[in-house]
Amino acid sequence: MKHLLEFEKPIADLQRKLDELRSHSEDHKLDLNFEEEVRCIETKIEETRRQIYAQLTPWQRVQLARHPKRPFSLDYIHRAFTDFSELHGDRLFADDRAMVGGFARLGGRRVMVIGTQKGRDTKENIARNFGSAHPEGYRKALRLMRMADKFGLPIITLIDTAGAYPGIGAEERHIAEAIAVNLREMTLLGVPTIAVVIGEGGSGGALGIGVCDRVLIMENAYYSVISPEGCASILWKDRSATEKAAAALRITANDLLEFGLVDEIIPEPLGGAHTDHDTSIQSLRTVLIRHLDELQAVPNEDRLRNRYAKFRAHGRILEPVSA
Amino acid sequence: MVKPNKRLPGLESTPAAVTPPRNAPAPFPAKPKLSSSRKRRRDIPEGLWNKCPKCESMLYDKELETLLNVCPKCDHHFSFSAKERIQQLIDAETFVETHPHLSSVDSLQFTGTSSYASKLDKHKKTTGLHDAVITGTGNLDKHKIALAVMDFSFLGGSMGSVVGEKITRIIELATSQKIPVLIVSSSGGARMYEGMFSLMQMAKTSAALAYHAQKKLPFISILTHPTTAGVMASYASLGDLIISEPQAMIGFAGPRVIKDTTQAELPPGFQTAEFLLERGLLDAIVKRSELKSYLSHTIGFLRGES
Repeated sequence: MKHLLEFEKPIADLQRKLDELRSHSEDHKLDLNFEEEVRCIETKIEETRRQIYAQLTPWQRVQLARHPKRPFSLDYIHRAFTDFSELHGDRLFADDRAMVGGFARLGGRRVMVIGTQKGRDTKENIARNFGSAHPEGYRKALRLMRMADKFGLPIITLIDTAGAYPGIGAEERHIAEAIAVNLREMTLLGVPTIAVVIGEGGSGGALGIGVCDRVLIMENAYYSVISPEGCASILWKDRSATEKAAAALRITANDLLEFGLVDEIIPEPLGGAHTDHDTSIQSLRTVLIRHLDELQAVPNEDRLRNRYAKFRAHGRILEPVSA
Repeated sequence: MVKPNKRLPGLESTPAAVTPPRNAPAPFPAKPKLSSSRKRRRDIPEGLWNKCPKCESMLYDKELETLLNVCPKCDHHFSFSAKERIQQLIDAETFVETHPHLSSVDSLQFTGTSSYASKLDKHKKTTGLHDAVITGTGNLDKHKIALAVMDFSFLGGSMGSVVGEKITRIIELATSQKIPVLIVSSSGGARMYEGMFSLMQMAKTSAALAYHAQKKLPFISILTHPTTAGVMASYASLGDLIISEPQAMIGFAGPRVIKDTTQAELPPGFQTAEFLLERGLLDAIVKRSELKSYLSHTIGFLRGES
């Protein structure tokens, strides 16, 4: 099986046994005799899966978040939304295909949906720059957000990026500035905004479309200030410390919910989103609609005040009681 | 690689206000000193020499100090502590430090090679600072301003909750008092030890600037060597004016990361202030010796006061 993660192997082994048994029984038309055994293995698979997924380590979650078969932004956009009409370009330099966006409907509601987009194969990944946007991506996102503001369209952003692209052109065209401007401008958008980390939430490149009224995260997604690899090589001076770094950084959905840094965790099917796209997409859709309707009911002024207060409250400090 | 400036005052715990009293020596070119800097100086032998890393001239300690840590031969800008910067920019007796005692907490219980808590303790001792930024209000040539100055010697000027909180508070103060904000940046980016709390400081500070800008108040971002990553991708890039000291290294990703990712040779002068002026990011490159008059003139102009 392709793209099998190390910790998924016990499940795959059982699955193979089950498949063999089934084909054997079909080949020999012996279906009745094996029914008991099949059921037994099926139960065992369920149990094993439950066990493994109940105690995933942070690093294993990162691997799930990066799974090449995981639903990407466009999978959600095409299937959780309807009538998607893609809009291109930043009107300044280029159309960054690592950042997609356009008009869509969510359960009939008109919205602007924007997301970082990874490629499914090598060819697409080259076109999409592996989901790492250049400055043009962030400027395109802002252009679309401003248009959404103008036409009263709520904004939904889907975050799935290892980070903004660290390249020569990106620096020459000021990627840091592009992200910074988004952070500032998203604060003042007069429409409801929801961000969902659907896979990788890679640092500033994720935050650059993430300053929203609601910040949601998929169960096996992660959101971090630095990649576990980057942290390992800086703090441990050793890439093999990646697993330790993933744990130390507290980047899982549960950690972030506990810290109040995300508002809700969107459940994934047992085994991870890559094992069942339909359920994952439905799960995201239901939660999005609920949050969107809640936000729509809040007067604009209050929504803006709440958005500011939400990000204003992030941080842990020690403040001496003044005498 | 920038080393913390070893000669600087402030090893002892110092009072909050760092601008010297009026009867102290003239502010420039004879640079004022903190009373504490004299004490510190006693345990350093007189006549310490510094070698300029650019032109290799040997520079006498005191001479360098009168020249605001700028090499007289080649104009190399040595690092400058937050306290020295405030002394340079703010009129005597007018600086009022805000929230000097906020300190960082190890909210993740970060388990690494050495604990975050011990790192914080060590940097508090060696720098005499509580964290990587000093904020306050004061007069710059009689213009009342809100000021934040980062200090690279404290954990590489990294931004955790305290840096983000102090900067947000000074911006909010400036918004409510309708005064300009100046931020002097020097930072390696968001502080890893505080994980996602650090990343969120980028959003928090930028949000505060959104409301400051809404009141049509000036924000001038001053970049010094080095300003990168999370700080560059938030407030440092949001000035009405973005100015830099000469030769400062400025960017989003570090040069090694870019080289490793792209497998390409970096163009000459890549990520220097001069390179970014040419590429359209900076409004101006201003020498340290001219910074105060430049800022004074600009603020006066924007406020219609001169």
